[in-house]
Amino acid sequence: MPLLEVKDLHTSFFTRDGVVRAVDGVSFELNAGETLGLVGESGCGKSVTALSLMRLIPMPPGKITEGQIVFDGTDVLQMDDDDVRGIRGNNIAMIFQDPMTSLNPVLTISRQISEALELHLKMDRSEARKRTTELLELVGIPSAGKRLDDYPHQFSGGMRQRVMIAMALSCNPKLILADEPTTALDVTIQAQILDLLKNLAREFRTAFILITHDLGVVAGMTQRIHVMYAGRIVEKADTGELFANPKMPYTWGLLRSIPRLDERRKERLVPIEGLPPDLIAPPPGCRFEPRCQYRRDLCREREPELASVPGAKPDHQARCHGTQAGGWLVDLDWRSEIGDVRVLEEIKQEVAAVPAEAARLGAADLTPREGP
Amino acid sequence: MAAAFEKARSTATAESGKNLLQVGALTMHFPLTQGIIFQRQVGAVRAVDGIDFFVEKGETLGLVGESGCGKSTTGRAILQLYKPTAGSVRFEGTELTTLGGEAMRRMRRKMQMIFQDPYASLNPRMTVGNIIGEPIEVHHLARGKAKTERVQELLRIVGLNPYFTNRYPHEFSGGQRQRIGVARALAVEPEFIVADEPISALDVSIQAQIINLLEELQSKFQLTYLFIAHDLSVVRHISDRVAVMYLGKIVELSDRQELYERPLHPYTQALLSAVPIPDPAIEQKRKRIILTGDVPSPVNPPTGCRFHTRCWKAQPICSEADPEFIEQSPRHWAACHFPG
Repeated sequence: MPLLEVKDLHTSFFTRDGVVRAVDGVSFELNAGETLGLVGESGCGKSVTALSLMRLIPMPPGKITEGQIVFDGTDVLQMDDDDVRGIRGNNIAMIFQDPMTSLNPVLTISRQISEALELHLKMDRSEARKRTTELLELVGIPSAGKRLDDYPHQFSGGMRQRVMIAMALSCNPKLILADEPTTALDVTIQAQILDLLKNLAREFRTAFILITHDLGVVAGMTQRIHVMYAGRIVEKADTGELFANPKMPYTWGLLRSIPRLDERRKERLVPIEGLPPDLIAPPPGCRFEPRCQYRRDLCREREPELASVPGAKPDHQARCHGTQAGGWLVDLDWRSEIGDVRVLEEIKQEVAAVPAEAARLGAADLTPREGP
Repeated sequence: MAAAFEKARSTATAESGKNLLQVGALTMHFPLTQGIIFQRQVGAVRAVDGIDFFVEKGETLGLVGESGCGKSTTGRAILQLYKPTAGSVRFEGTELTTLGGEAMRRMRRKMQMIFQDPYASLNPRMTVGNIIGEPIEVHHLARGKAKTERVQELLRIVGLNPYFTNRYPHEFSGGQRQRIGVARALAVEPEFIVADEPISALDVSIQAQIINLLEELQSKFQLTYLFIAHDLSVVRHISDRVAVMYLGKIVELSDRQELYERPLHPYTQALLSAVPIPDPAIEQKRKRIILTGDVPSPVNPPTGCRFHTRCWKAQPICSEADPEFIEQSPRHWAACHFPG
């Protein structure tokens, strides 16, 4: 039995402009000790998925409208608030993106870490303090014992992220959700933190969901990757398979649009033209169709299922009419054939002509309205 | 006065050769003060501490480094948005640090900036037409109908609909706003653009659109860029030469290919090895140099080589003597006692 099973999860935000379907039918499984990458751009629903797992969606305006989240045999969505609190921080822990804002500035770090220890593991003050010191040593904070009574502002960004990780590890969780854990950090510090996370995952056999927009980060850190676009998972595969043999034009676009450090010749980047769709009124067919240079009429009419694809490993799934059995992209070499230039030009023109609705997509504008 | 200025410029251009910009011993210290009424200086943030480099006409010089290393301050000090504490900035042979208000304003026509945050760098109360039109007006380049037409042309150049002039910035997405920022910079037909992290606030799929746009514009208008970024992959892609900064100093500068394949300074080597590559096969085999600790404070930088506190090659001499920034091989400068 998998540790975590997410079935047909729907999370929406009810705003003045309409219902934003941030997560729209996401299903996946995760085994104990496994590392999964959730990859996508901002607004694709990857963070909302993580927050839904912890039942941390702000309500209103948000609401998990459908689906099941079975963690360790029980459905998190059916639990009452007390039971969820028993899991949060205890069995499932979260590392947030911004260590500057996710630590409480007026509490010492020992207070913040011991809180969970006292609450979940019923330790007393002195035990919790001792354990906190061990945790801080574990995550590599120098002279940890002396820094227990320091406040977050006395730590640097990388050190604060280490404190966050210590906090997440405090109750030996079975699952850690790391939401862009290194995005706010500098590259040499990012390397330190990724190195730490990797060793911890190996040592404690904790399952990790690593949420990021950086394909480089997931390449070295995960066993499997799910690519998300506009509230849906559009491709699922092993990490090696996803990079060697991607089967979804959106994934191709992502891989082609980032310059690589090991790039030899100066090659022109092929960007994904256009903008992500408005999640209040997503396109009726494939959600990537408006930006896809390989599109056909079928793509606009009917949304493809997430299904296995020919010429790939059996557990490799993609949501694309073109790469699925009988499609027109089955044998295409995505590296050399960048698609119809005319269609690319068309997409550019379309976007230039329409002012962006995409600004609405950003979580910044989720003004509450009366609930559903 | 204008004529005198023109004359001064033309003679200076003749002597400076193909270098558009020459920066010498540029220093930018921000004072730290104490006391409320009688403020006295107790120290300084040594954001930029004596850097030398040049930018050739038509090239892109990439400036990389971690946050707080002084790369943005360098960009702003070059454009005289900060008054440098010391050092010289010569643009086409004209010394900028001593130029007066009006003369400097005229120089600004030749040098523009693209800012990092497309949300904060456009005035939300101005229409797109006014944002792009303002520099045209300030520099008396066009008026009335001609100005409107010029704004529309600029919008077209950056890939936006020319009829957006009456819209406000909030109606645009991040990528589109950055295009507006680019159009504003282009409005005065500059020769030199400082692009300060122009893509780091954008989504991955949009970043490539802006990189391509900047490259297109460079070849179309023969622009020279100083491209400031923390992303080494992007800098490798866009730059002809790359300078690496650490704690207010340039530690290495060389042609792009050379720097990425034969980095001489240990900091550059660590920086390069820390960047994840989107390829699991390569990632598994790669050996990372993991630097310990954090960047020291620029208020009180380490003695000698500023990197010695985190350097795995450090010897006693490194904490005593500051290594000179010297040409180790042709067109490859590095400041290290033990390069290579």
